[in-house]
Amino acid sequence: MSPDRLLFLLPLVPLLAAVVAFVAPGWSRRAGLAAATAMPPLALWTAMGVLESGMLSLPLGGWTAPLGIALRADGLSAVMVLAVAVVGFFISLHAAASFPGAGVQTHRERFFWPLWLLLLAGLNALFVSGDVFNLYVCLEITGIAAVSLVATAGSPDAIRAALRYLFVSLSGSLFYLMGVAILYGGTGVLDLVLLVEVVAGDPPAIIACLLMTGGLMMKTALFPMHFWLPPAHSSAPAPVSAALSALVVKGGLYILLRLWFGPFADLVGDGAIQWIGGLGAAAIVWGSWQAIHQPRLKLVVAYSTVAQLGYLFLLFPIAWSAADRTAAFTGGVVLLLSHATAKAAVFLAAGNVLAAVGNDRVPSLCGLSRWLPVSAFAMGLAGVALIGLPPSAGFIGKWLLVVAALEQGQWWWVAVLLLGSVLAAVYIIRLLGPAFVMPDSDQPPNPVSRIAEWTAFALAALSVLLGFVAIWPARLLAASVGSGFSP
Amino acid sequence: MIGRVAGWALPLGVFAAVAWAVLALPSPAPSLTDEALAAIDESGVSNPVTAVLLNYRSTDTLLELGVLLLAVVSVWGLRRADHAAAGPESSPLLEGLIRGLVPLLLVTGGYLLWIGAFAPGGAFQGGALVGGAIVLLALGGLTGRWFADRQRLLRVGLSVGLAVFSAVGWVVTAWGSWFLEYPEGMAKTLILVIETAALVSIGLTLGCLFVGGGPPDDLETGDAP
Amino acid sequence: MTGSTVDLFLLVGAALFALGAAGVFREVEALRRIIAVNVMGSGVFLVLVAIAARGEGPPDPVPHAMVLTGIVVAVCATAVALALADLSRRHGSSADDKADR
Repeated sequence: MSPDRLLFLLPLVPLLAAVVAFVAPGWSRRAGLAAATAMPPLALWTAMGVLESGMLSLPLGGWTAPLGIALRADGLSAVMVLAVAVVGFFISLHAAASFPGAGVQTHRERFFWPLWLLLLAGLNALFVSGDVFNLYVCLEITGIAAVSLVATAGSPDAIRAALRYLFVSLSGSLFYLMGVAILYGGTGVLDLVLLVEVVAGDPPAIIACLLMTGGLMMKTALFPMHFWLPPAHSSAPAPVSAALSALVVKGGLYILLRLWFGPFADLVGDGAIQWIGGLGAAAIVWGSWQAIHQPRLKLVVAYSTVAQLGYLFLLFPIAWSAADRTAAFTGGVVLLLSHATAKAAVFLAAGNVLAAVGNDRVPSLCGLSRWLPVSAFAMGLAGVALIGLPPSAGFIGKWLLVVAALEQGQWWWVAVLLLGSVLAAVYIIRLLGPAFVMPDSDQPPNPVSRIAEWTAFALAALSVLLGFVAIWPARLLAASVGSGFSP
Repeated sequence: MIGRVAGWALPLGVFAAVAWAVLALPSPAPSLTDEALAAIDESGVSNPVTAVLLNYRSTDTLLELGVLLLAVVSVWGLRRADHAAAGPESSPLLEGLIRGLVPLLLVTGGYLLWIGAFAPGGAFQGGALVGGAIVLLALGGLTGRWFADRQRLLRVGLSVGLAVFSAVGWVVTAWGSWFLEYPEGMAKTLILVIETAALVSIGLTLGCLFVGGGPPDDLETGDAP
Repeated sequence: MTGSTVDLFLLVGAALFALGAAGVFREVEALRRIIAVNVMGSGVFLVLVAIAARGEGPPDPVPHAMVLTGIVVAVCATAVALALADLSRRHGSSADDKADR
């Protein structure tokens, strides 16, 4: 069977696992781990298919667009589903290890697995869907699942943060849906590839673009719509924080990339491109500045996500008029992968700190390097990637963006990139400094499972090692140039 | 004062923008009506909306059943049913009324499912009536401990729509079809099977969402911090 | 349907959408914001139904299907929002109550 035909398995496997986890709660952990294990090979297979044929396409129900919906995977989709699969796999392991051992199953765990699997299904569907209305449904699945996962923490803070997140998420999706409605009214088409041909510069298309962009900016927490992210990401349980920062916010960004470099490419002028890049720059500065001043580890990391999302928005102006758009995109995608793995690692390590010490105030990190050496090392490695030091993937990604920006004389983005790295260094060192103070005792107050420590380490190591294999995402992106779907 | 003005400027701007866009939509209106009607004979049903929901764009509906399951999981995880408002004290009049209405609602729900193939109706409309019947039972305090005692059955019912839909979609690929491509001549039957399962799930989901909380766990719940 | 009726539906849809958006951003009370999100949704659905009726001949089934899907999603989101709002209110009324639920 060709990978084209089986593209549907990416969302369907976690979806069916969610059904199993719901119907037989006693099996929920096994169903979750089984699906998490099945996803990396599936994603890898999809990526190999993309390398071979440029783009995979599955007309669902045998109906081709415009009447039907197509699942499509190109280089960008393949990179995203690989990120979901790999980061999702380690997060699942960490989650399984942080719940009580076999035999005891808490209410919280029975609640976690089906939600987590539905989130994975929604993300996978989002990254392979080729239809703007279908993307709306995917956005809602990921949004509602993410909100409910935040609420699994159960604390009043988490519930409040979840409620606020839900309102932002719902109104963001409705802005997007209104854009879809207007787009359909103007063109009679919902398919992303067909839309490229038919979208003209008339008022409906312009307003649709504005509405969809606004809605997605809210969901992606682009400055100044970032206000909901730090409370939600910092009050969620560790595996959930990791998934939210590493994967969920990238969903909105992904759709924005598809739209701006696809159907709306002719509408979006240089002004708009510079403007969205400017918001990204503001996010970098503001997010980093806030991260430096936060009292709690998880808040530092959450504000760091606000800043790191800013880098990904610099991709818009830098790639827009780049002579070699694929190289600029490679830079952005490598940076995205670096952030996904590094941020997940830091959040998982933060969860270990919370489990060991009972709180995550920055001074409580004292003694971490002795109590939890693996987690401390993971934070250090991930910090290298977040700052963008060589040889990490963060460095390669930034390097490619800097080169692309300089080629076009857009030196101001380079200045922002460098400033962001300096600020990131400040907040990372602020966290790592206390970690190397020697504690009075050898043992942390509470023990932490070894799997929980090593999953954080594995992700952190990936964020550095990816720097050596940055050619893989480059090949994937290059394979689908000119396939009609790729930016 | 300035804050108030600014507070209304945004929605006014949104209204103006959307109004401008919808009034400027091109005429004649671009649509998929012709495509949908041209393929209606292959779709297995003659109601074009059902054809879109269960055949042309069936994946939207499949994912939507995922959203329904998601809602139940979330609400059950957040709250226990005993927190939900208890129904009014039962009275013979109320009970008699409900006992009369519920079968009627169920039959009408099934009827709507059936006519969905050729007239307005379908699994959602039918499911809404089934959900309404459960709401009535809950309001009258007639569900009793059913939700708590028949948990496994309830969980199967809540997810049967998603499971059957996915299974049909997957199984047909064994014959070389695309995912969710019904083999020739089987579309009507398969759509009816999927819709019946979906009706059960939709009705139960709506009812459970109204009850607003999960049944007590049969397992130990030792996670209060 | 005549053109002016359809235009009226489109405009009312736009107005509902904007009013709902105003409510979500301006209100503080969770229940009011939940209602506001639903008003927003109704605005989008009205616009979609009106778009379906714009063409000559029978109405376009695709927007109708989109509305049906959208309604179900809205119901689910509302249920989750209500459950969260209720929990949040419970926590608010007893600030020291750190219990799971």
